[in-house]
Amino acid sequence: MTATTLPARRFGVPRKYVPVAVTGCLFVAMFVIGGFRYESFATGQVVLNVFIDNAFLLVVAVGMTFVILSGGIDLSVGSVVALTTMVSATLMTGHGWPAWPVILLVLVMGSVLGFAMGAIIHYFEIQPFIVTLAGMFLARGLCYTIGTESISITDPVFTAFAQTRINLGPDLGISPSVLIAAVVVLVAGYVLHYTRLGRSVYAVGGNENSALLMGLPVARTKIAVYTISGFCSALGGILLSFYMLSGYGLHAVGMELDAIAAVVIGGALLTGGSGYLLGTVLGVLVLGLTQTILSFEGTLSSWWTRIFIGLLLLAFILLQRLIGVRRSLRPSGS
Amino acid sequence: MAESAPIVRMSGIVKQFPGARALDGVDFRLLPGEVHALMGENGAGKSTLIKVLTGVHPVDEGEIELAGRPVAFSGPLAAQQAGISTVYQEVNLCGNLSVAENIFVGREPRKFGRIRWREVYRRADELLDRFDLDVDVSAPLSSCSLAVQQMVAIARAVDVEAKVLILDEPTSSLDADEVAQLFRVMRRLKEQGIAILFVSHFLDQIYEVADRITVLRNGRLVGEYLTRELPQVYLVAKMIGRELAELEKLEGKPLARTTEPLIEARDLGRAGAVNPFTLTIREGEVVGLAGLLGSGRTEIARLLFGADHAGGGSVHMGGKKVTLRSPRAAMNHKIAFCSENRREEGLVDELTVRENIVLALQADRGWSRPVSARKADELVRKYVAALNIKGDPDEPVRTLSGGNQQKVLLARWLIMEPRLLILDEPTRGIDVGAKAEIQRLVVELSDGGMAVLFISAELDEVLRLSHKVGVLRDRTLVAQLDNDDALTTDTLMGKIASGAPS
Ligand SMILES: Nc1ncnc2c1ncn2[C@@H]1O[C@H](COP(=O)(O)OP(=O)(O)OP(=O)(O)O)[C@@H](O)[C@H]1O
Ligand SMILES: [Mg+2]
Repeated sequence: MTATTLPARRFGVPRKYVPVAVTGCLFVAMFVIGGFRYESFATGQVVLNVFIDNAFLLVVAVGMTFVILSGGIDLSVGSVVALTTMVSATLMTGHGWPAWPVILLVLVMGSVLGFAMGAIIHYFEIQPFIVTLAGMFLARGLCYTIGTESISITDPVFTAFAQTRINLGPDLGISPSVLIAAVVVLVAGYVLHYTRLGRSVYAVGGNENSALLMGLPVARTKIAVYTISGFCSALGGILLSFYMLSGYGLHAVGMELDAIAAVVIGGALLTGGSGYLLGTVLGVLVLGLTQTILSFEGTLSSWWTRIFIGLLLLAFILLQRLIGVRRSLRPSGS
Repeated sequence: MAESAPIVRMSGIVKQFPGARALDGVDFRLLPGEVHALMGENGAGKSTLIKVLTGVHPVDEGEIELAGRPVAFSGPLAAQQAGISTVYQEVNLCGNLSVAENIFVGREPRKFGRIRWREVYRRADELLDRFDLDVDVSAPLSSCSLAVQQMVAIARAVDVEAKVLILDEPTSSLDADEVAQLFRVMRRLKEQGIAILFVSHFLDQIYEVADRITVLRNGRLVGEYLTRELPQVYLVAKMIGRELAELEKLEGKPLARTTEPLIEARDLGRAGAVNPFTLTIREGEVVGLAGLLGSGRTEIARLLFGADHAGGGSVHMGGKKVTLRSPRAAMNHKIAFCSENRREEGLVDELTVRENIVLALQADRGWSRPVSARKADELVRKYVAALNIKGDPDEPVRTLSGGNQQKVLLARWLIMEPRLLILDEPTRGIDVGAKAEIQRLVVELSDGGMAVLFISAELDEVLRLSHKVGVLRDRTLVAQLDNDDALTTDTLMGKIASGAPS
């Protein structure tokens, strides 16, 4: 028999990679345009700076990618980041704890928060939007019960992380945070592509009911993605502490939206089941590069970043819609 | 067959849904090494029994034993781990994953926890080869036809090391060749001592493979029989609770050749889907399309409905050229299309049966002219009765059994009173009694002047209903035959296979 398979290729790129490819092209285009407009823009360090300035966002966005791929959403990440900076700062500055136990503690705390939200979402069948919104308020509120002022961090381990530069060549350097983020991306990419957990995430995002009837561990998968997101938020919070050297309840306000934007610009579908980690990395880079270009421009207010990101999001959702419409027009039977 | 101890024994099973007692004290047993058919009308409780067994729904009362030990599975995963592998009624796979992944997801071959993709693709290829299925296993499943999806679901279930294999209407979108493949595999598994539970509304298939039959009616057990001791007529009587009147010969009015052509497709075609064809459908004419899966039957329907864009050719209605650029445009010309893919394209799960039925009518009239409640009531009542839809019209449509959902979809298009009604596999998954009802309705409608394009894999059904039969082979309309007494399923079969013009 013959299967009704229409050509899946357009522009020489398999359809499923189109959104990622578009984001990649966008990034390159922005870089080239920036290079023409501004002197000293088209250097490797500019790209590396984008990584340095957004390492924490990248880590948070990786966690968000898991959640969105599974068809959920996590609005709590920004608050968990803030809570992490706050808890680390008080424990170290206020109570004199050493750095490593604090790091371990906040990572566990983030994961437990994520785990709890995932369990509630699954077992009580409540919308992820609602549960993580509650988590967002909870974590932000906890920040303020710890303190309303910014607390600076002076711990030698943290300052060392903040100041170290790893040289990659003449005039090229990255911070340790970038390395950590890179490791997170690689591990996450491996998990998504090469492990059963990763594939279950895609399956659950594609069709949760089918996944259940196919005998996949749906409960475990859904709880796992929120736990991973919680862990990534906490890790992102630590990287932000390295970057800011302070803990503050108003850190990372609205970061959940940046993370979601990065994932969507990276080509993932908010309905779940479709998207790639590489897309998320590119999404974060596009967001970061937008900010860099605006800082090179100098005169424009930072709100232009928001406007540009808004337009980008719209463009990408339209793009997915177009691809989606094509898909649904395909013949479905004999 | 010597009776061995049953591998599955269910006793006194009761399952109450809000508004319906789906199972009422049902006993059931499944022996190793047998193919056991579960029979019953639409809504009799077959799928529910399967879902209760595999832990999708908890039982309200009764006991389930697997190999002599009482069990209560928490879900399909637990059932699978205990050795019960299931294909549920609707194809339940993930369209966003590749064909190969759909077969292996959750049990991929691994090495140190790392999925070996090459092995996944190789084994998927091998497995589908055994079913004579030639598809690109790395393509997303959503790009495959329903039949391929169904085969993939079966392949997935069969590949699992299982003691019990459950297939709930696995053959609904397959045609003869694939069914034969499936039966070959089933017989082999049976020889290995695997117990197979099989549900189908095709009686011929049941008599071909099943050793034993359990009949349910309205959630109650009617009885368990050896297939060879239960002639077909008795089986039908047990299922519907009365003798089915001899399938009366459906004689519509013989079509006067003089009726006006309603729609003419001239050299209509679309690259990769169907080669250019010319087809005229007259008012009041029932045109059947026969051909194997993938021969282009559905593609013709989609072109006439504007769901796909034609690559070339033209469509004429009433002598004037029309462009069917979208389903909307086609609906404006009073063409309706009841698609074979009810799950994805048809019903809105959360809306009630009533709302689903009047949906298209309402959409057609526009939101400014609502269908009056009384009119809607009347229509719904009429078609619920005509099609014998079992279920409360005010409950969400997803609570209906698979076959009854199919009828709801059919009702939706019937109330549109189109001039051309395209029916793609309208009787799939529908029980024998209701099938006759639907066939009678088609004849009635065409007597009233409606033209019908009728697509079905069942040749005798095509022959019973059509005035004219279009034969498709390899995406080409190879012949158009008048349905006179000389045309039999055998000649039709020959045409489909050889395609030689007579
Ligand atoms: N989730 C549900 N909620 C409420 N009622 C349900 C639900 N699932 C099934 N039912 C009802 O249970 C009865 C039995 O349905 P079931 O799906 O078992 O029928 P079936 O024998 O498989 O029919 P078919 O041949 O049409 O597939 C039907 O009356 C149906 O409306
Ligand atoms: Mg059923």
